[in-house]
Amino acid sequence: MSELFSNFFSGSIPMEAYLGISLIMFFAGVYGFLTRKSLLMILISIELMLNAADINFVTFNRYLYPERLEGFYFTLFTIAIAACETAVAIAIIINIYRNLNSVEVGNLDQMKE
Amino acid sequence: MAEQIIFYVLAVIITVFSILAVTSKQIIRSATYLLFVLLGTAGLYLLLGFSYLFAVQIAVYAGGIMVIFIFAILLTNRPGENVKSELPIRRLVALVTSVAGLAFCGHIIYWNVKKVIQLPLMEELTPQKLGHIMMGTDKYQYLLPFEMISILLLACIVGAIMVARRR
Repeated sequence: MSELFSNFFSGSIPMEAYLGISLIMFFAGVYGFLTRKSLLMILISIELMLNAADINFVTFNRYLYPERLEGFYFTLFTIAIAACETAVAIAIIINIYRNLNSVEVGNLDQMKE
Repeated sequence: MAEQIIFYVLAVIITVFSILAVTSKQIIRSATYLLFVLLGTAGLYLLLGFSYLFAVQIAVYAGGIMVIFIFAILLTNRPGENVKSELPIRRLVALVTSVAGLAFCGHIIYWNVKKVIQLPLMEELTPQKLGHIMMGTDKYQYLLPFEMISILLLACIVGAIMVARRR
């Protein structure tokens, strides 16, 4: 552990530091996904998790294979797909709000009636 | 040394605001904290040397997606109303799950991932090279995914309009 901290202050930034940040972000997303009842909050948690995955792609690309650009392009495409996913999800949420007057997960079983 | 300081600042911003984003009572605050997390991520991309990704992250995430989010929040939420959470027992279970996952993956990252300290040199990524790779059909070039993304975007625009329009 002391080796890690000494590296933090002297040399350049180790790869584990980036992975640690994305780890914290990912599990914050998991916690929010499991505890929140509003559909919009669940979507925000999903965005956090996607973002954590993006950081991992870029970090592995930069540290382990700097001559290649796979992680870079994966992240680029993931950002585009995340934008699509958010737009469709929010369209669905607005439609649900119009029908049920609320966006809470507990009310969603009224949809089948 | 400057890199370390910037990295620390970004790490603190991302950690604090991602935890605040999932625990805050009001949903609009949550969205604002998410915006700070996304900007911090953009800073990390810049620190790693991918300035194009920095621009894309700011334009698409912090620009586009956040605007949609705030728009949707203002459409579906009454101001001043708090978001309901699950029952305390379920929150406890979720907390235990995420802390256990964090500890497990942290252990793996600390002990099993190859230690890489030095940031290897990378040739600069010019827009020209980027475009050639995006538009080429050779190995390690990405024309097919690029076209798939365009079709996906088109389908997504049509789908979103169809779902959200008033009948």
